[in-house]
Amino acid sequence: MTETVSIVIVSHSKSVAEGTREMVRQMVGDEVKVIACGGDPAGGLGTNVADILQALNDAYTPKGIAICVDLGGAETNSEMAIEMMSEEQQQNIVICDAAIVEGAIMAATEASSGASLEDVRAAAEDYHS
Amino acid sequence: MVDDGQLTGQIITATAAVIEGHKDYLTKLDQTIGDGDHGINMSRGFTALAEKKDELSALAFDEACKKAGMALVMTVGGASGPLFGSALMAFGKGRSAMPSNAADLGAMLQDGVDAIKSRGKSDIGAKTMLDVLVPVTEALKSGASLEDVRRVTKEAVEATKAIEATKGRAAFLGARSIGHIDPGAQTVSLLINSIADVLEQNQ
Repeated sequence: MTETVSIVIVSHSKSVAEGTREMVRQMVGDEVKVIACGGDPAGGLGTNVADILQALNDAYTPKGIAICVDLGGAETNSEMAIEMMSEEQQQNIVICDAAIVEGAIMAATEASSGASLEDVRAAAEDYHS
Repeated sequence: MVDDGQLTGQIITATAAVIEGHKDYLTKLDQTIGDGDHGINMSRGFTALAEKKDELSALAFDEACKKAGMALVMTVGGASGPLFGSALMAFGKGRSAMPSNAADLGAMLQDGVDAIKSRGKSDIGAKTMLDVLVPVTEALKSGASLEDVRRVTKEAVEATKAIEATKGRAAFLGARSIGHIDPGAQTVSLLINSIADVLEQNQ
């Protein structure tokens, strides 16, 4: 099996994150590791560093992780979580500047071909509906 | 005279109480121009600090700031967690003791402000807590008294009303954010005033 970039989806809503993962799965099956996380520390709407950090640890591969986020706090918390990974791991994790659903689907589709992290990110960021 | 550990404990108790007491008010401010979770989020963070009060008070100053900052990062949620947490960690980094005068405090706050700017990719004028923290930091650096600090804070919070938000959820409202106080600025003002209360009580 080809090693692929993993995708982590970070939404303020757990339902949005899981729904996005479901749409990704429909496109790329199980070839790409996709982890959905969302919700504040109390389980309400929001994002939290602890869950994102857990997702990054679960998803990590030296091939890299592409994170897809929705609103501001998801990005800020993802950046914080990335900084809590080892310095070596940090080099292999990027946040895609893209719409969360479209970005995750494009990223995962690109990743399924065994593409590099750079190409996965570009695929997510270049897509405009 | 109180030692650093006692002062840390008093500040934690006072700030946690003021945030808890204004939880609904902060949430209301945030419902107007944001997503309405600010009061609840901050209360969750400061409750976590209050629970760690004895542990934090026993630590060296820089370690206490680091641990308290990390607790805020992990418990607050939203963008506020990393912003307040990073600020507190930067505030205490490399400092073995509480600041002993206004200029010293101003220099430490400057490190906190820089951390917020970098974490939030923001600066003054975007209708955020920086619009209060920056003028207060400048005042302290030039030796402001606690009374001056309270006045600068009050004016700066009021002034956020006139600013059009360009950062955070309020930015989606554009010009409709004008006329409302920024919730983050209000939180900072509550924290500054409650810390000033503690310092005055110990004078």
